[in-house]
Amino acid sequence: MTQAFRIENGGLINRDKKFSFKFNGKTYLGYEGDTLASALLANGVHLVGRSFKYHRPRGFFGAGVDEPYAVVQLYRNGETEPNIKATEQELFEGLEAKSVNCWPSVNFDIGAINNFLRIFLPAGFYYKTFMWPKSFWYRIYEPFIRKAAGLGVASTKHDKERYEHKYEYCDLLIAGSGPSGLAGAYAAAKNGAKVFLAEDKPRFGGSLLTSDVNIGNQSGKDWAEGIIAELKTMPNVVVKNRSQIFGYYDHNMLVMSEKVSDHLPSTKKYHPNKRLWYIRAKEVLISSGSIERPIVFGNNDTPGVMLSSAAKEYLKVYGVLVGRKPLVFTNNDSGYETAIEFKKHGVDPIILDTRKNPESEIIDEAKNLGINIKNSYVVVAAQGYKKVKSADIASISRDKKQLGKIENLKCDCICVSGFWTPTIHLASQSGNKTKFKEEIDAFVPGQSKQNEITLGAANGVFSLDETLKTSFKAASELSKKITKKDNEVVIPNVVEKKSSQHDKFWCVPLPKGKNYKRFLDFQNDVAVSDVEIALREGYRSIEHVKRYTTLGMATDQGKTSNLNGLQLVSDIENKVVPAVGHTTFRPPYTPVSIGAIVGREVGKHSKPTRKSPMHEWHEKNNAVFVDAGIWLRPRYYKKGNENLFEASKREAKNVRTNVGVCDVTTLGKIDVKGPDAAELLNRVYTNAWLKLPVGKARYGVMLREDGIVMDDGTTTRISENHYHMTTTTAQAANVLSHLEYYLQLVWPELNVNVVSTTEQWAGAAIAGPKSRDLLQKLFPNSDVSNEGLPFMGFMEGYLFGVKARIFRISFSGELAYEVNVESDYGNFMWEKIMEVGEEFNIQPYGTEALSTLRIEMGHVAGSELDGRTIPFDNALEGLVSKKKDFIGKRSLQRSAFTAQDRQRIVGVVPLDKQTSIPEGSHLVKDDKAPLPNPKLGHISASCWSVEYDNPFSLAILKDGKKMIGQKLFAMSPLKNKVIPVEIVSSHYVDPKGERVRS
Amino acid sequence: MLYINCPHCGMRSQNEFSYGGDASVKRPELNKEISDQEWDNFVYNRKSLRGKHLELWQHISGCRQWIKVERDTATHEIFRTFKADEEVA
Repeated sequence: MTQAFRIENGGLINRDKKFSFKFNGKTYLGYEGDTLASALLANGVHLVGRSFKYHRPRGFFGAGVDEPYAVVQLYRNGETEPNIKATEQELFEGLEAKSVNCWPSVNFDIGAINNFLRIFLPAGFYYKTFMWPKSFWYRIYEPFIRKAAGLGVASTKHDKERYEHKYEYCDLLIAGSGPSGLAGAYAAAKNGAKVFLAEDKPRFGGSLLTSDVNIGNQSGKDWAEGIIAELKTMPNVVVKNRSQIFGYYDHNMLVMSEKVSDHLPSTKKYHPNKRLWYIRAKEVLISSGSIERPIVFGNNDTPGVMLSSAAKEYLKVYGVLVGRKPLVFTNNDSGYETAIEFKKHGVDPIILDTRKNPESEIIDEAKNLGINIKNSYVVVAAQGYKKVKSADIASISRDKKQLGKIENLKCDCICVSGFWTPTIHLASQSGNKTKFKEEIDAFVPGQSKQNEITLGAANGVFSLDETLKTSFKAASELSKKITKKDNEVVIPNVVEKKSSQHDKFWCVPLPKGKNYKRFLDFQNDVAVSDVEIALREGYRSIEHVKRYTTLGMATDQGKTSNLNGLQLVSDIENKVVPAVGHTTFRPPYTPVSIGAIVGREVGKHSKPTRKSPMHEWHEKNNAVFVDAGIWLRPRYYKKGNENLFEASKREAKNVRTNVGVCDVTTLGKIDVKGPDAAELLNRVYTNAWLKLPVGKARYGVMLREDGIVMDDGTTTRISENHYHMTTTTAQAANVLSHLEYYLQLVWPELNVNVVSTTEQWAGAAIAGPKSRDLLQKLFPNSDVSNEGLPFMGFMEGYLFGVKARIFRISFSGELAYEVNVESDYGNFMWEKIMEVGEEFNIQPYGTEALSTLRIEMGHVAGSELDGRTIPFDNALEGLVSKKKDFIGKRSLQRSAFTAQDRQRIVGVVPLDKQTSIPEGSHLVKDDKAPLPNPKLGHISASCWSVEYDNPFSLAILKDGKKMIGQKLFAMSPLKNKVIPVEIVSSHYVDPKGERVRS
Repeated sequence: MLYINCPHCGMRSQNEFSYGGDASVKRPELNKEISDQEWDNFVYNRKSLRGKHLELWQHISGCRQWIKVERDTATHEIFRTFKADEEVA
């Protein structure tokens, strides 16, 4: 297909490189440097989508970030992405895109019936209608609305693209590379400041790319190119295009999304798709420019109606005519600039100016070119359904209330200019209290709150000369303060045409007897009549009007609609715009890909994975791993076709009968050193620590100040002032912070140092009746007899020459030891244990067997120390000292904690001795009781007792002590199970604890 | 994201720190008899005020020191920071 609307020469596209692309299944051609929008317009395609509510045909309205209509679904390299603005998407070879929000097709959209039903779909329609009956919402209304609405579909596949995060620090961050941004960057860079310049478009220069101005004897565009080229050579400057600063956060941190690969058919190897930058700037210069404002008139959403600045950009940047019979409808001189460009390319535009007798250099130029200008004229309504065919125009009275006789004028596009709205989003996000500037009918930044300054059009300054002067000066001064350098830059001469005052006119009245839709918000289909309804129904606050009508709530965040909406409210309410106020600007300024926000932190990258030094051995020996916090631990070692249940049973059984070895490297370890170490432990743990002799370990429980158990573990006195503390795997980091808190803030007088040694030691638990025999063979020169190394004893020894710590402690309830060596020797230790242990039938055991062993012994772990239990609940009250004070002790006097029927740990056995009880099941007295069935307790952990060969569970049960021997029901509605059970002691195996001391 | 001046390390981003609550709370002395109300005030009751607030932060991914930060809870402005043992005047 030919590009019938492409002019022969001109534009900044690369005509040597043709790209073919597909839109809604049809193939077209465009050039390198095109956007999807410009390429479609070059091919005469104006119909790109359907509107959100009424499914009216929609075309292109803007040429960039402000575009409300042309949102498409993009297909690239086997992936799909919704919510892409065709005006921002750069063309590449093979690009494919589809319209959204239409079914079955953009040309024939069944939802368009809403357009004819629109009388039934006014503001608040959904709120009012779909409320009754309540049950209909989920089943009928919502699915229906969801199907009818929507801006594309997210891919359900895993995103293959990579996204990166980057942190940057700079002296001066400049948002936007228009005239003020370039001047600011240049002046600051010359003063040696670290400058970061961000431009959201592919090309630098902003308005200089399309305006007819002269700077320092060259065109604005050439001047911009020269500045950028020089900035790029400076080592203190970072220049980024395709990079949108979308949020201004606390303490001068701004976040920017850089599109690294979106303009390419596929992402290059090792490149990310997008890069999210967190930029901390000493000073921020906001040069985000302004967005043209529409004038509201009948059917102003018809494809072919667009902003006059967009028409000019399509022509000057892309060499595309948006029409051959253009009508320019303006209230200021900007429309003339667009008309002049048309005229220069052999197209005859007609200008309708709402003003009576405007005079300026630009207007004179238009007149000299012979352009047809109609003063005091307005467009009443656009005619045509899928494309503008003509316009109903009329003269307008001086008070702008009376329309003259309506005439029909043939045209194929209507270029609208209602003057300019400064882009104040970033300034407002920073906390700047904006103010209304009467001369331009718009808000501009007021008093800065953070270190930010807004310059140029974003500050409501539309003269290029003034913009350059203020920007050079401001950036020089800001950078001088930082770098203490003062290198003067020569401010170039500017030649620009002077403009005349715009007309404060924004909405064309309805002619008598006509009921045209006059849209304010183009993406969300909010018309003048909707806002009128909202106000009639009593909504006064602009924030409420916004939410009731959805004005400005679409993905374009009302970039073209906000001010006209405010004008309307102020007109109806008879207030001035500043009294109405504007709605809050919130980040992001433009939609940001979820992938960019998430960055690399997906899947296994979401957190670090820690592996013990013996990990490879486990892998080689068929370990099946489980996540334990951020550690990977062997859950069981698979033999043949075993499943989890069979393997863990075998492993646990072998510990009870022979000897097993378990990797306990993951346990938290903290070195506690100093003359007051014992005193610290005495305050942190509930039990007494002052008399623990050197060479002995003790089990301790620590509480939070609110009396809840925080953690447990053994601590060993290695030497006089040196203790080795162990914590649970999950709580290791919290316990260290906890100790640091008390040492640094509460008891700084204690002379103690704490440091994490978790990674320094590899640990192996050797458990089972044959463990001492094995240990003796591993440490032939050490006396590990019951007398030499009694229960809770500690010694150092040499394992085949490697220094090791041997602790006689037991989690499994069997005769057991833990051996620690320096991490690098972990694998050596493990292999030696396996080698020497062979004659004792040693088997490694994983966390599942470990759980089985501790559960049937009634030893508590994380599932009982769940942040809701006190020592009594876990039958640990024997460890709570009555003599000394410690963290959390006072809380234990709370009445709930001393109640007679306080919950307590018990054992639970199913009556049939067959059915395993799901963890989390509730214990109830009567399984047939009406709901809510009173809960007496819950199952915290379940296992298959290898000692008794039947299921066994631990539970935290109300008045648990008295319940032993009673029969209850364990109910799990989730698993749909009701199991009759008997309550027994939590010490199911070896209740006297004889084995560990044997 | 806040930019916090760690008195030991200098200006660092908030993601290196973890929040530790009201710095004006004093833990009752050990072994001292105190009323339920006093203890509740220490463990649970916080003012949650709007405005200037002295709070604790730990430079958890840095020097691991607990520091005091004087911050406005509404505007997030940080006025001063102190070492753990520094008196706040």
